[in-house]
Amino acid sequence: MTGTILSAPDISRALTRIAHEILERNGGADRLVLLGIPTRGLPLAHRLAERIAEVESSFDATARCGSLDITMYRDDLAKHPTRNIGATKLPTVGIDDAVVVLVDDVFHTGRTIRAALDAVKDEGRPQSVQLAVLVDRGHRELPIRADFVGKNIPTARSERVHVRLTETDGEDAVLLSDGGLRDGSTTGGTA
Amino acid sequence: MKHLLSTNDLSRAQAIRILDTAEQMAATQDREIRKLPTLRGKTIVNLFFEDSTRTRISFEAAAKRLSADVINFSAKGSSVSKGESLKDTALTLQAMGADAVVIRHWASGAAYRLAESGWMHGSVLNAGDGTHQHPTQALLDAFTMRKHLIGAQEGPGAHMQTPTGNDLTGLTVGLVGDVLHSRVARSNVSLLTTLGAKVVLVSPPTLVPVGIESWPVEVVHGLDEALDRFDIDALMMLRVQRERMSGGGSSFFPSAQEYTRLFGLDGDRMRRLPGHAIVMHPGPMNRGLEITAEAADSERSVIVEQVSNGVAVRMAALYLLLAGEEDAQ
Amino acid sequence: MSASQPAAVPTSATPTHGAIVIENVLLLGERAAHIVLDNGTIALVRDADTPLTDAEIPAGAARIDGTGLVALPGLVDLHTHLREPGREDAETIESGSRSASRGGFVAIHAMANTTPTADTAGVVEQVWSRGREIGLVDVYPVGAVTVGLKGEQLSEMGAMAMSKARVRVFSDDGKCVHDPVVMRRALEYVKTFDGVVAQHSQDPRLTEGSQMHEGVVSAELGLTGWPAVAEESIVARDILLAKHVGSRVHVCHVSTAGSVKILRWAKEQGINVTAEAMPHHLLLTDENVRGYDPLFKVNPPLRTQEDVDAVREGLADGTIDIVATDHAPHSDEDKDCEWGAAAMGMIGLETALGIVQKVMVDTGRMTWADVAYRMSYLPARIGRVEGTHGLGIEEGVAANITLVDPNAAWTVKASATASRSNNSPFGGIELPGRAVATILRGRPTYLDSRFEGLFA
Repeated sequence: MTGTILSAPDISRALTRIAHEILERNGGADRLVLLGIPTRGLPLAHRLAERIAEVESSFDATARCGSLDITMYRDDLAKHPTRNIGATKLPTVGIDDAVVVLVDDVFHTGRTIRAALDAVKDEGRPQSVQLAVLVDRGHRELPIRADFVGKNIPTARSERVHVRLTETDGEDAVLLSDGGLRDGSTTGGTA
Repeated sequence: MKHLLSTNDLSRAQAIRILDTAEQMAATQDREIRKLPTLRGKTIVNLFFEDSTRTRISFEAAAKRLSADVINFSAKGSSVSKGESLKDTALTLQAMGADAVVIRHWASGAAYRLAESGWMHGSVLNAGDGTHQHPTQALLDAFTMRKHLIGAQEGPGAHMQTPTGNDLTGLTVGLVGDVLHSRVARSNVSLLTTLGAKVVLVSPPTLVPVGIESWPVEVVHGLDEALDRFDIDALMMLRVQRERMSGGGSSFFPSAQEYTRLFGLDGDRMRRLPGHAIVMHPGPMNRGLEITAEAADSERSVIVEQVSNGVAVRMAALYLLLAGEEDAQ
Repeated sequence: MSASQPAAVPTSATPTHGAIVIENVLLLGERAAHIVLDNGTIALVRDADTPLTDAEIPAGAARIDGTGLVALPGLVDLHTHLREPGREDAETIESGSRSASRGGFVAIHAMANTTPTADTAGVVEQVWSRGREIGLVDVYPVGAVTVGLKGEQLSEMGAMAMSKARVRVFSDDGKCVHDPVVMRRALEYVKTFDGVVAQHSQDPRLTEGSQMHEGVVSAELGLTGWPAVAEESIVARDILLAKHVGSRVHVCHVSTAGSVKILRWAKEQGINVTAEAMPHHLLLTDENVRGYDPLFKVNPPLRTQEDVDAVREGLADGTIDIVATDHAPHSDEDKDCEWGAAAMGMIGLETALGIVQKVMVDTGRMTWADVAYRMSYLPARIGRVEGTHGLGIEEGVAANITLVDPNAAWTVKASATASRSNNSPFGGIELPGRAVATILRGRPTYLDSRFEGLFA
């Protein structure tokens, strides 16, 4: 059984709200950079950057957005077939002394973010790190929390969350199912 | 991928995957902190039956940058005295819990024997077996060529301005020197062909193997002729062994001087290459024999860069062999 | 040709067995016959249109039901390596004899590359005596052509010929008598006692460091090549030398298409040359080397399919006279290693017949009568032991018989051999038939389990 949790307009509104929350929490866009975690965290980061730029004209969405691949920092590599390594490209302004906002699509066990924190540490020394997620599905296995959440979705462990984005899947939607969908969209496994 | 023994075993997709992974590894080497935790807890053994400080150091650096534990095992044993047998060494390594063995050996096929014999269970990475194969050398050569010669405007990596996902279609690569005894040549010929490049072998007839007719290459017996007939994008000078040049009755060439006259790369010949062309060498170089200082130190030369690309490519190879689930490959 | 004195026939010890009767067996695979063996000779051979009468069967004779079996004259191997003296860890005369009898052989010629080399009367007599002592197979020592196999100085071939071992075949096998003058002298010298030089044709200069056949596969595998011309040039030279000095020469293990062509020409010219082919050169090619498994490392090396086809044709049309095994045992340490460090050679006494059947008989290239010719009669003639062996299955001659079951398919298991060594490349291959009984002068030296209980 599959159901739509967030439709395209829902996603858009959530992102707009998160963009404003980020600005509110940090008192503006000064020293703000966004790092999207591939695969789907990346387009989400770009969308947030654009929305922030719409409000704060001095914020250069292209220069202050980057990608952070965390494959090499995962703690569960031996449990899966070899994963391809995605691209890590820091924002042109760098991350030292910056306020880094990590962006991911689904927040689940927290292991991805733990790996992301290790990766960030090796890339530089930000002033602080915050976390923005589109969906929080609970079942944390580590003491990590998100600062900005699009939607909280209580789930059973066996359920799967599927995030589809136009940039990667041709449409915007967040779906919940009993098992896995075979279309390759995110199953929100171990985030 | 359980073992990396020969570029002959790599499909186009597999080869591109290794190159793309190497790209990400190379990116980490530009950071201040060049180390990654990915292979923490894994034990990698450098099993060298032949002396080679440079290759061994390259593999050691690659393994350590991925936080693996490295053990260096220099085994004695030449083709004259068998010394400690390969089998006994393998059994010892298995007992020590080696997850991967990087092996360099004087006997062609030694890496295959280690991988297929059942003496040990870990992954085997061939760092050069006799005159047969040296896959990571060919991979770092291809990586270097892709970086310099393949445009980042098209292909899967275009949006990030990298040649990610691209092969080497459209390139003409020249390999100059002793092909008969060169594992670097054998590995390069099969990998370059898999990646869609055109290969031209420039070699005297005595240094080309019988059976070369079956290889998908052009063979030319003089460097001048090669430069005339082909627009070479990458010119790789193979190392020539002086002993083979004038070792008495069975030498392969009348003299070192004649070899240099017909096949050596000097400034004049280098300037006949297309403007974008690069000059490569697997090292160590015999300056003055197969390549002059002028060519080796010129702007077109990427010889030094090949070395650092080597570390990134070897990191990628070790990652792909060891990081994932053991049986799933 | 002078009639050679028959070799001192080892008289069987007081027989602990009686006569043997083989009924309804296919004589040379052609017609059903009954054979009666008594007192070490063939007492009776007749068509099986009627069963044997009581009068024809000696008292107490063991009766073998030969239905479906083929009777061949006892097989003779002109090329075996027994390793004793010197490398008893790999094989002894006893284990080699046992392996030979299991393969259907009643006589084998033991090559001279032992330690010490068999280049004196003393060493060849030692090997001969030991073979007699064991008594499973007639062991004929081969004498070295040159002292220490060094290719420089002729060994005392006369002394070896006149010794109890009565050597007639001389060979430096393992190495080539490459110096043309030394080879010429050897060819001339052996005429003294009707001997023959069996040459391992391999130009040493063209094969320095060679590991496998030089061709497309070696180019890819990065192994130093052993070019066909290194064999062919010596074969051609030796044939012309033999012609020039009026001697006969024997070419060991022919492996190339070119060698076969040269031999065909030589025979057309009437030159006195004989040749042998090995089972592995009838079946395996250099493609088998791709896994770098040293079980496939042999000298001369495995060659191309084209060469294999030519050798098969040569054997079928008689250009190649005989099949020999070149049984070459090696200990595990010498094979369980990297290719470059491994020894060359394969065991083959127990698989030879099955391979010949698979490749030559079952495909119609040869009949069982041809097999008798190529694996019994002709090798005995070349080795000059035809007074005792290769006599065929006829009344009055010594009872040396090999019974073959051409329908007993079996899968080769490298370790399941009487040889002390296990270096067979044929492990896992299915062969269609095998020897099930080997009889030497009326006494069974090997019996398949189906005959259990038949003999006291």
